[in-house]
Amino acid sequence: MSANISKATKKPAKSGRTIAALLVIFIAFAALAIFQGDTKLKLGLDLRGGTSVTLAPKVAAGGKVDTAAVEQAVAIIRQRVNSLGVAESEVSSQSNGDIIVSVPGNSSSRVVDLVGATAQLRFRQVLAVGAGNAATTASLATPAATKAGAKKPAATPATFPSGVTMALDTAFKNLDCTVPANRQGGAIDDPNQPLISCSRDGSSKYILAAAEVEGDQVSKASAVLDNTNGNGWMVLLNFNGAGTSAFGKMTTRVTSLASPQNQAAIVLDGLVVSAPRINEAINTGSAQISGSFTQTLATDLANKLKYGALPLSLSVQEINQISPTLGSDQLHAGLLAGLIGLILVVLYSLLYYRGLGLVSVGSLLVAGSITYLSFLLLGKWIGFTLTLAGIAGAIVSIGITADSFIVYFERLRDEVRDGRSLRTAVQTGWLRARRTILVADFVSLIAAGLLYFFAVGGVRGFAFTLGLTTFVDLIVVFFFTKPLVTILSKVAFYSEGNNLSGLSAKSLGVVAVTGKDAL
Amino acid sequence: MALSGIGGRLYRGDTSFNFIAKRRRWFAASGLLIIISAIALGTQGLKLGIEFKGGSVLTVKAASVTVADGQAALKSAGVTTESIVQKIGTDKLRLQTTDLPQSTISAARTALAATFKVDPSNIDIQTVGPSWGKEITHKAIYGLIGFLIVVMLYLAMAFEPKMALSAIVAVIHDVFITVGIYALVGFDVTPATVIGFLTILGYSLYDTVVVFDKVRENTKGITATAKQTYSQAANLALNQTLVRSFNTSLIALLPVASILFVGAGLLGAGTLKDLSLALFIGLATGTYSSIFVATPLLATLHEREPAMQALAKRVSARSGGVESTVDKNTAGVVTSTHSKESHERGPRNQPKRKPRRR
Repeated sequence: MSANISKATKKPAKSGRTIAALLVIFIAFAALAIFQGDTKLKLGLDLRGGTSVTLAPKVAAGGKVDTAAVEQAVAIIRQRVNSLGVAESEVSSQSNGDIIVSVPGNSSSRVVDLVGATAQLRFRQVLAVGAGNAATTASLATPAATKAGAKKPAATPATFPSGVTMALDTAFKNLDCTVPANRQGGAIDDPNQPLISCSRDGSSKYILAAAEVEGDQVSKASAVLDNTNGNGWMVLLNFNGAGTSAFGKMTTRVTSLASPQNQAAIVLDGLVVSAPRINEAINTGSAQISGSFTQTLATDLANKLKYGALPLSLSVQEINQISPTLGSDQLHAGLLAGLIGLILVVLYSLLYYRGLGLVSVGSLLVAGSITYLSFLLLGKWIGFTLTLAGIAGAIVSIGITADSFIVYFERLRDEVRDGRSLRTAVQTGWLRARRTILVADFVSLIAAGLLYFFAVGGVRGFAFTLGLTTFVDLIVVFFFTKPLVTILSKVAFYSEGNNLSGLSAKSLGVVAVTGKDAL
Repeated sequence: MALSGIGGRLYRGDTSFNFIAKRRRWFAASGLLIIISAIALGTQGLKLGIEFKGGSVLTVKAASVTVADGQAALKSAGVTTESIVQKIGTDKLRLQTTDLPQSTISAARTALAATFKVDPSNIDIQTVGPSWGKEITHKAIYGLIGFLIVVMLYLAMAFEPKMALSAIVAVIHDVFITVGIYALVGFDVTPATVIGFLTILGYSLYDTVVVFDKVRENTKGITATAKQTYSQAANLALNQTLVRSFNTSLIALLPVASILFVGAGLLGAGTLKDLSLALFIGLATGTYSSIFVATPLLATLHEREPAMQALAKRVSARSGGVESTVDKNTAGVVTSTHSKESHERGPRNQPKRKPRRR
């Protein structure tokens, strides 16, 4: 190491410049944060209250999670959650296929009920169609509709379309599909009963007959571009054995009926995805749905048919319902723990390292400010939210950060014990401490990285803050603590070994050092 | 400061604790702890939190809560399976049930709200499916294995393979004993605890890295002289970094202790308590292992090398046959190596007037 000493003796002005540069960069980022208007930390649900649900797809042993199926499930759940109208609700999928739903605010079991329901795909005959708005829909009772076809004769006069009862008609009239709550899906969808339902976008509403074909009877669905007949994009659909005969029976019956009863509605999760007209009896088990599809629309429909057909079975892994009261309790407890921890560390450093302790207090404050600023900016940039586990990680890192200072201070004192002047010791001690700090912090970073990679749910926040603060620690030690000590080594209070400086001969025990073999 | 003065004496070797020479004693102590841990794990096992078994925890905060009222409310809601009701502080009740249907949990919530006259939305509920914990455990094990491999490779590069091996053994020692203490005392193991266990890895290594760095410095070119054996140099390094180890461990423990205090005192059970308890125990064993396990093990590994055995012989010969810390089962061979090396090195190996006292 001694060969490097000459390299380390820098000009004093450089240390001042390093600190100044760090300050300028800090102010620049702080200004950016204020300019962007994010001066408040983004808090996790456990700190402000809310409901979070973790769902995992059920996969057969050895099977893999189909990402497209997961995305489809996320879309379905998002539609349901959005119907609650709570701002900042989030539905996201994890790399392992887990789906995490978080809804801030008052915890309620509604979220859990909504999210937990399984999506089902069914084919039902359309009995009646209306515009989505309740106010503009007249009663369906028209004298013209006298067609036979309903299995049970309606108890009401035959003025209703077949299969439509007075009760269904009333419910249909009162349904307002423009209200989001009516489009949340996942509602009771009894396949043996008629269904009153909205289209997914809320523009129309339907009375539908009992289900005739189930989603799991669809064996294949794909979007194709019809080049030969110029029909544009369309969806090809194949049924399995049972599906072929059921779909054949349904199409044979409805194809001759008048509109809208010759339409077959595709109902996903209780909502109508599409209601194509049946042009002919289809007994071959393969059908095509054409219309004015764009590629996106066709792919979308095909996906719905495909994955609705094999509804991704989700199991609820974890539900956390935290009231805002508990949330703020946890936040306060976390902050209190941090404050106590910080005070204890500051007290100990001042007591043990005296004057040098001031350096570690200053460095901790700088590290704290940088960490807080990083939380603000990362909240904006990568949606970082601070959770209780994250706060714990930050508190634990106070220790790691202070450890780096100790490693340096002890090295410094060792060098002084070896008989070096403080000015030299600051440099030689740094060269040795630097390597120790780098190796130790790098190990911490590896640990944090792996924890982040393997952790599930909220504990990820712990790993993230732990890693972030270790990184901040490196910045502070290199660009603040070391330059500051270099500057202070020229101040008489430290260089002359004042009793309170933490570098006095007495506190170092260097009284008997003369005449001894140097190591 | 008295401790500061000790630092100086330890640094120069005036005051010295002979950690390495007594390594058999430490190894025996650690071995005993590991055996106790293994027995505790085997017989009692870990007390797993609901995250690993599935179930629900309901927390009510109300002016006056009693365990009996809580149990009655659960019963009225149709919860017939075993449930644990605990009072936390003066105004909180924690009710833990087994894996129940969502409807039963909702009923329990309504019943509790009515019993304690609070709004149902103010009752906190955590429900966990039975397979949740399995996933966490799998990930934790993968994380552990991945971490050990990566860190071992890194330390082998940054330091040397024997240091990497010793550090990893010390880390496994820490995690195993910490888990053993959990089994023995019967603390709840939750995902936060598991994360705490994993974090111990990083901590335990931090201490070890600091000591090993000094060992490496002290043993650099050690075979060129006959002043010290590897064990003696390593022991000096341990003593020199003792104050540092003590300070870093204490400073690391202070914030963890404050989380533990606040988490257990104010919030009762939860992430903060579980995490900090695991860290607290792990940090303590980590400090122990970097001094009493990692470095003595490193010395043992190195003393097996022929070069180091030769060195030990030379040191022993020079200090007038004073008992060295090394096994002497290869005395014959060593002597010949010794004479050859002295011949090679010539004047450099001439004994000094005053040999280093140990």
